Amino acid sequence: MSSFDVLIVGIGGQGTILASNIIGEACLIEETPIKGVETHGMAQRGGSVESHVRIGGEYGPLIVPGGADLMIALDLLEAVRYRHYLKKGARVIANDHTVVPTSVHMQHLEMPGRDALIADLADFDLTLVDAAGLAAEAGNLIVQNVVMLGAAAPSFPLKPESLEEAVRRSVPPKTLDLNLKAFALGREAGLKKD
Amino acid sequence: MVKRYLLGNEAIAHACIEAGIDFASGYPGTPSSEVVDTLRAQKEREFYIEWSVNEKVAFENALAASWCGLRSMVTMKHVGLNVAADPLMTSAYTGAKGGFVVLSADDPYAHSSQNEQDTRRYAHFAKIPCMVPASVQEAHDMMKDAFALSEEVGLPVLFRPTTRICHSKGDVDLAEVSQEHRTGAFEKDPAQYVVVPAHTRMLHKRLNEKQPVVRKAVLDLGYNTTEVRGTTAVVACGIAASYVQEVLPADVSFMKIGCFPVDPAWMEEFVQAHETVLVIEEGAPVVEERLRQLSCGVKVFGQMDGTVPKEGEFSPALVADAMVQAGILQASPFQAPAAPAPDLPPRPPILCAGCPHRSVFYAIKRAFPDGIYPSDIGCYTLGLQLGTVDTTICMGASVTVGSGIAHSGEERPVVATIGDSTFLHTGVQGLLNAVYNNAEMTLVILDNRITAMTGHQPNPCTGETAMGAASVPVSLEALCRACGVQFVETVDPYDFTATLQALKEAKARPGVKVLIAKQACVITARRAKIRRWRYVVDPEVCTACGACLRFGCPALGRDENDRAVINELCNGCGVCADLCPTGAIGKEGRK
Repeated sequence: MSSFDVLIVGIGGQGTILASNIIGEACLIEETPIKGVETHGMAQRGGSVESHVRIGGEYGPLIVPGGADLMIALDLLEAVRYRHYLKKGARVIANDHTVVPTSVHMQHLEMPGRDALIADLADFDLTLVDAAGLAAEAGNLIVQNVVMLGAAAPSFPLKPESLEEAVRRSVPPKTLDLNLKAFALGREAGLKKD
Repeated sequence: MVKRYLLGNEAIAHACIEAGIDFASGYPGTPSSEVVDTLRAQKEREFYIEWSVNEKVAFENALAASWCGLRSMVTMKHVGLNVAADPLMTSAYTGAKGGFVVLSADDPYAHSSQNEQDTRRYAHFAKIPCMVPASVQEAHDMMKDAFALSEEVGLPVLFRPTTRICHSKGDVDLAEVSQEHRTGAFEKDPAQYVVVPAHTRMLHKRLNEKQPVVRKAVLDLGYNTTEVRGTTAVVACGIAASYVQEVLPADVSFMKIGCFPVDPAWMEEFVQAHETVLVIEEGAPVVEERLRQLSCGVKVFGQMDGTVPKEGEFSPALVADAMVQAGILQASPFQAPAAPAPDLPPRPPILCAGCPHRSVFYAIKRAFPDGIYPSDIGCYTLGLQLGTVDTTICMGASVTVGSGIAHSGEERPVVATIGDSTFLHTGVQGLLNAVYNNAEMTLVILDNRITAMTGHQPNPCTGETAMGAASVPVSLEALCRACGVQFVETVDPYDFTATLQALKEAKARPGVKVLIAKQACVITARRAKIRRWRYVVDPEVCTACGACLRFGCPALGRDENDRAVINELCNGCGVCADLCPTGAIGKEGRK
């Protein structure tokens, strides 16, 4: 059985690990094997981070460059940084926002504009999501990762109900309503594209 | 049996409580830290857990517990095992009583390490067994067996996961937590535990005599397996075995090595049944060296002939390429990937917005513009990007490298930096040596009260133990004074002016000077619900000079007119307001 490979990318602190945990719970619910790897240590401190998730994966946890079926990018610049991991024409669900890296200010580097970043993703099936706007609508900017997961939900080989149940099992109880709302708003945004 | 989606380190920790662990100690180090962190957070089994001040201390504590009959474990990363190498070598002579597992996590590709050494070499060196898991499930199962193996052969067992085991996740089958508890009791036996030469000579002989027993016990565990299917074969160890299985053709034989020492007769039988063998293992060619000794007439590919890389991390694609090169695969099943996008601004890890270390580094650069800056292992190594980290080798070496440079006739001032946990780990010995030998240097202890880089483990500066019980925090001031330091000053790094002033005072004095820059880690402060006013830029006053941006805080950026803006990452440390020459930065909501 071949796996459905998902790459979650972003900036340390944005919640890629929680997003991958939710996908893992959903796989447990559906009794689908799952493997993955995530970034810890050095790269946590505001650095670029990547999380590999292999749904149905039976062997190693690493996705091979050129092998990912779907990318969830919590930052638009990071989507471009990891695009070589994607299969031709793969789905990309990207946050329509980027945090300017400190290197741009300190080393006077050029920061590509939004249009240039979107053009860099032209070969893929791109959906842009206003994660901050939807998270604010849900009630807190902190749930942008769950908004993005919701937006990606229609592209998963998992039932949206399983993902929703996984959200219930994975987030702190007192933030449950907030996260469920974020997931629902994200899912709506993800469906609109199709 | 229950199935859960777990991190490798979490699965390993759960296996420990299934095995009835009684004692755990360790020093944090990526990728090993979550094992003890998981153990101290779990509620299913009670036992003794500590974060020790360094790996040697942790090792000797756990070894003693094993001598008392307890099931014990010590955790560290590969470079930490260098610190514990002294007791490790002799512990093979004294042996273990209760199961004693030494977890040393390797980091191929040095994701967050200073080198790529292979822990399996230490097991061979010490003549003890070593277990190398190939998946999260296997890491779980092996850890349980490691305790039993240690008791069976009476030796410490090295457990060597790699980063892609520790930090990979999978659906793992777990078993029941053991309810059996042992009480430790030390039985005096000087011939076993006092390694004076007369005893040592006997103990070494006994260790050598154990080796055939060890090889048999390892083979019987069943982690070394073979499947004969043709005349060519792939031999793999650890996570590389998972990569091989993903691409292995159906007519190619496979040998998987999960546990050392490997029985030579068993390996020879397999090798001799083939014409061509490819060995794939991350790190050192440990299996390959053994296999080549037994391979008479068989063509062997591996690291030693250049088919497989000698450094870095493997992947399914790399493994497939090696199989193509060895003639085992016709072509790689993976398409050639597109090149990464060029010229993107890098996003390396940086000190957090509001991190107190940033201000100290900035002040050091001001007070000692021509300084030499030896530094150490921790978050603050990221001061590299601020130009204030000139050397880093290993834990505690900032002080010793600093005093070495100072004694070398170098005229420029030496300013070394070290974190609180690293100072207590192996920095303090360097300090007392520097003072006693009259070095000329300034040491800045970046004291954020916690071991932040590895995930906020408490240390003796924190004032609480691994289990959260209150304890007496060490006085760094008193400790430094007891080492003989005459100038010891404590400053709040959020007070930039005072920090700068104290550094200038230190500069004016002779000998070893210590500045303790004390302020809680910004992440622990936030978790403790300490809230500070955020800062904002007044666009009317800002002249777009860029002075604040040179500070390198991720909360600072530019607007479309190049004027400074402060984003939502601001933690309210206020240092940028001190640095702004026009006074354009102030607390939010106040004029």
